[in-house]
Amino acid sequence: MNSGRDAVADISADMARGPRPKKAFSLPNFVIYSTLTLLAMYYLAPLYVMIVTSLKTMPEVRLGNVFSLPREITIEPWIKAWATACTGLNCDGLSRGFWNSVQILVPSVVLSIAVASVNGYALAFWRFKGANILFTILLFGAFIPYQVMLYPIVMILRDIGLYGDVWGLVIVHSIFGMPILTLLFRNYFSSLPLELIKAARVDGAGFWGILIRVLLPMSAPIVVVAIILQVTGIWNDFLFGVVYTRPDSYPMTVQLNNIVNSTFGEKEYNVNMAATIITGLVPLVVYFVSGKLFVRGIAAGAVKG
Amino acid sequence: MLFRNLSSKVASIPMAVTALVIFIGCSAWTVVYSFTGSRLLPKTRWVGFDQYDRLWDTTRWIVSIENLAIYGGCMLVLSLALGFTMAALLDQRIRFENTFRTIFLYPYALSFVVTGLTWQWMLNPTFGLQKVVRDMGYVDFTFAPLTDGDFAIYGVLLAGLWQGTGLVMVIMLAGLRGIDEDIWKAARVDGIPKWKTYLVIVLPMMRGAIITALVLVATSIIKVFDLIVAQTQGGPGLATEVPAKYVMDMMFRNQNLGQGFAASTMMLLFVMIILVPWTLYEFRERRRG
Repeated sequence: MNSGRDAVADISADMARGPRPKKAFSLPNFVIYSTLTLLAMYYLAPLYVMIVTSLKTMPEVRLGNVFSLPREITIEPWIKAWATACTGLNCDGLSRGFWNSVQILVPSVVLSIAVASVNGYALAFWRFKGANILFTILLFGAFIPYQVMLYPIVMILRDIGLYGDVWGLVIVHSIFGMPILTLLFRNYFSSLPLELIKAARVDGAGFWGILIRVLLPMSAPIVVVAIILQVTGIWNDFLFGVVYTRPDSYPMTVQLNNIVNSTFGEKEYNVNMAATIITGLVPLVVYFVSGKLFVRGIAAGAVKG
Repeated sequence: MLFRNLSSKVASIPMAVTALVIFIGCSAWTVVYSFTGSRLLPKTRWVGFDQYDRLWDTTRWIVSIENLAIYGGCMLVLSLALGFTMAALLDQRIRFENTFRTIFLYPYALSFVVTGLTWQWMLNPTFGLQKVVRDMGYVDFTFAPLTDGDFAIYGVLLAGLWQGTGLVMVIMLAGLRGIDEDIWKAARVDGIPKWKTYLVIVLPMMRGAIITALVLVATSIIKVFDLIVAQTQGGPGLATEVPAKYVMDMMFRNQNLGQGFAASTMMLLFVMIILVPWTLYEFRERRRG
């Protein structure tokens, strides 16, 4: 009895949270690593398939399967996807969507972060009557399905003359990014020592003075997290892009979908996959470069409420 | 009184407009107009619950709800189970933890459109996974869910899991790392096997992380739209139609605004059903703690 118990304890001690196990090979380790490797293959397979397909010629795509390696590597599909693939009447490839997305992305990121940082600042240090109620409504708003608000927003944008305009979409992104970003900035500012604000007030700084001269210079870490969150979120948006812009200024995701799912002509899978990778490249680069900060952005989103 | 803290009030105007006009105002507007017979343009011709009667008489809507139930049920259970398992495996002080975590999370950085198109290609009946296995010699192997009405929704599930499980894993891992070291020591001293410690002791202690993951996954399920549009366009037939797509088609394609408003009001109701119990729970916990 006693020895059986020891054996169990031994196994668990081997995997426990103590120092790294000295034995390189043990059964539990084998199970852990093979499971993780198997899972990693499920996660990596689509990326591999995308890359491999995009480097084949169409005859070769038709000969093999999605996993087969290209015999002759060609970058022709990439060039076509970027510069000459057609959607509707336009045949200038994804480059149009890319620049549209950039034009949407930059002002949206700047405006949404500017507004949300002011919100968070007001909520952290200058709370007025009703401020917390507004904040609660804001957080609940994050969960309302967008479809419920889409149409009335179309009407509002039409009334102010921004429906179909890139700036209309910028406003929409700023609105729907507001709950999470405001929460992010409110929590960050609340964690700062109150003495900082008091000292600045003694020195005669007001609402804006404290924000611009005292707080913003020390907000770099949280601003980076906000930028990561917004760049990936806005770049990946499809719904707002399709509802609030015209075909000429469709963002990249919408254009990508139109290129790949167009029913005309023969399907060029290699071009489609090249286009898909190109569209995913911006968030992927952000993800791999930012590393831990990306996770922090998610964690900030995860502790809503 | 009004002028006290004036700068702060002025600075909060965008927030107030967003909360009151957009989140409350626009939602209320849609709910109100779901009781009208609006077609191409919103009109105040009141028709009572007619739109809802019609909605629940429409096969496409019923099928959409069924699809959402299948997709949602599987997605919830599998992404939580898989996410927790992955987090627990990564928590074993293994080598390459960062590499594995990076691999499991990268699809979450990609859009649903990219996800949907990639898996459409992966599951292509002529060149996709089916062909891969057949080329290995198993000539009769069939795996082409997207062309089979009975299984298409599971093809979407495969893509959804690929994209979304990483998020659950990150939340669970954060939860695991928050567990007191002494709990592990105590369990070890008592000779409780590792897996049992996870399931019986640690899992119940992670209620916060689990509920957070549950709410995030559940609300993303109800919103699912781009993934369907990119991967299957709702087909074959009605096999992968979902409520969000019904709303969009009614409002922006079929010029049937009233139906769209009624269907989106139903979506709002679904979210409330998830959200209200969660809020009550959070309030109770906060009062306790």
